[in-house]
Amino acid sequence: MLHYTIRRLIAIIPVLFIVSIIVFMIVHLTPGNPAYLILGEDSSPEAIEQLEQQLGLDKPKVVQYFDWLRNVFVGDLGESIYSEQPVSQIIAERIGPTFSLMIISMLLTLIVAIPTAIFIVWKRNTVLDPIFLSGSLLGTSIPEFWLALLLVFGLGVTVPIFPVAGYVPITDGILGWLHHLLLPGIVLAAVEIGLIARMLRDSMLESVNQDYTKTARGKGVKESTVLIKHVFSNALIPTTTVIGVTIAGLLGGTVIIETIFTIPGIGQLLIDSIHRRDYPVIQGVILFIAFVYVIINLIVDLLYAFLDPRIRYD
Amino acid sequence: MVLEVKNLKAHIDTPDGVVKAVDGVSFTIEPGETIGIVGESGSGKSVLAHSIMQLNPKPPTFYPQGEIVFEGKKLLQLKEKELQKIRGNEIAMVYQDPMSSLNPVFKIGDQLIEAILTHHHMPKRKARQRAIELLTDVGIPDPEKRFDAYPHQFSGGMRQRVLIAIALACNPKILIADEPTTALDVTIQAQILELMKRIQEKYGTAIIIISHDLGVIAQMAEKVLVMYSGRIVEKGNVEDIFYHTSMPYTWSLLRSLPRIDSETRNRLLSIEGQPPNLVHPPSGCNFHPRCPFATEQCKTMYPQLTKRSGDHYAACILSELEFKEAKKRLENREQEGRQKHV
Repeated sequence: MLHYTIRRLIAIIPVLFIVSIIVFMIVHLTPGNPAYLILGEDSSPEAIEQLEQQLGLDKPKVVQYFDWLRNVFVGDLGESIYSEQPVSQIIAERIGPTFSLMIISMLLTLIVAIPTAIFIVWKRNTVLDPIFLSGSLLGTSIPEFWLALLLVFGLGVTVPIFPVAGYVPITDGILGWLHHLLLPGIVLAAVEIGLIARMLRDSMLESVNQDYTKTARGKGVKESTVLIKHVFSNALIPTTTVIGVTIAGLLGGTVIIETIFTIPGIGQLLIDSIHRRDYPVIQGVILFIAFVYVIINLIVDLLYAFLDPRIRYD
Repeated sequence: MVLEVKNLKAHIDTPDGVVKAVDGVSFTIEPGETIGIVGESGSGKSVLAHSIMQLNPKPPTFYPQGEIVFEGKKLLQLKEKELQKIRGNEIAMVYQDPMSSLNPVFKIGDQLIEAILTHHHMPKRKARQRAIELLTDVGIPDPEKRFDAYPHQFSGGMRQRVLIAIALACNPKILIADEPTTALDVTIQAQILELMKRIQEKYGTAIIIISHDLGVIAQMAEKVLVMYSGRIVEKGNVEDIFYHTSMPYTWSLLRSLPRIDSETRNRLLSIEGQPPNLVHPPSGCNFHPRCPFATEQCKTMYPQLTKRSGDHYAACILSELEFKEAKKRLENREQEGRQKHV
């Protein structure tokens, strides 16, 4: 297990290195001169040159990259051009809402998807199964923004149970926090529930007629125990990958949802920064999102080993 | 008599039609007895075994006729909950493929404990003790340590030992072994069969051993049922089946065994043709399209099991004497054919 963990950790290093190059290139190779955009159309060439010097934009790209990378290593992501605050500080301020939203929607997803999948597999030879399949397809097909608007209209405006926008930190009370995040959480979860329940159902059906379930039934074990204990524990292994990818994908989903519900999270920060051409922040946020992606994948890999002894003891 | 199967039919609904996997099978088994069931793949052996466990998936399997009586209880009429009390407790089963029959994510010991705790209420520590006893019984070395191992850390033979231990966990009256050695290599096969015999002597368990391997049957069983396309075509004691073969199918099976003492280096004999389609079985005797002795009569008349001697029954229109002569004629013909070839 230790060996496996170390191997996984080492595998991260090249990934992060490549990510850093891509992030740097995305910002620096796209057309448009940041200094020019910051200062505006009427600026003089001298002022632009001066700002370029100040930002280090006149140096060769390779030198710029290594300067930037050196700073990233010590946690210095530069300063925002717009607010002149350190980028790391800006990101830190915006993590809370985004992570809250991710956690809420993930919990909602798992709470609904797991029992649904188990129930459907239990009733696998009934009409419920095709109904479930259409339902999950519908769930994954609904565009997030459309569902968001529908829910805002229904549960925010027509029957005003939930606030239509805004965010309350958890430190100001868990109820207010939950109250503000439930609607966007449901929107994000709707897509994932369909996907994960479907995936779990498929892997459970695959394992429901495996020989080891015969052994379990042959012991006189109840069908519900066979499903929940023997089938589910095996089906969870491939599903974990999908859950991991989903959590990471939520980061992308939050960009839209945070904008609709005006939640001051990472996604909104990214959109705003792109509008402002605040490239140190853009760089920082993309790098941060990539980093979270990598970490989630690492956790999935470790979870894999936890769930599957064949990997753990390899 | 611990188990009686009376005219059992187990049919399976498929898109192509109803498969008559088991089609009117009767036999009984006494406490401590070993009964062998032989037949080709697709002859209905496994469906029969799973019928006794009532583990055939329903649907598509259904039982249009017959009875399975275990200690006075009619298993076909019992509710699932009552069947669960019998499964693993009074009738237990060992499956064909030890590599896939243990759950890969649970420890060996925990899977064994599950078998114990499903039927007996006892503290986990006591169950663990019992599990270790069982592992010792089935010849797992260092059971205390192996208790915490996972299936993938065991070889096929070791896993089959664990599965036997699981089956024995509640000291069942009947142990059904469905091709228990098919997936194992030959030296391990012998060990597993030896183990089953030893266990039977120790616990007095009745064993139903299913195999396509006549060697295994000869070594283990006292009584033998020969199955062909869902029916029993011959049954009797081991001696009857092996030395007074009265049904051409059994004879073909025996003939297709490679013999170590054969003088000439004959080619291996096989049974011509394919096992019959169970949705539309042949008319008359199911075996007639492949039978070297088939007559016109065989195409229309289905032969019932008839008594040959003592407990020996066979389903063939040929009497023992007629069959003997027919065999002789066939052997002569074959010999001539071979000589011509040389």
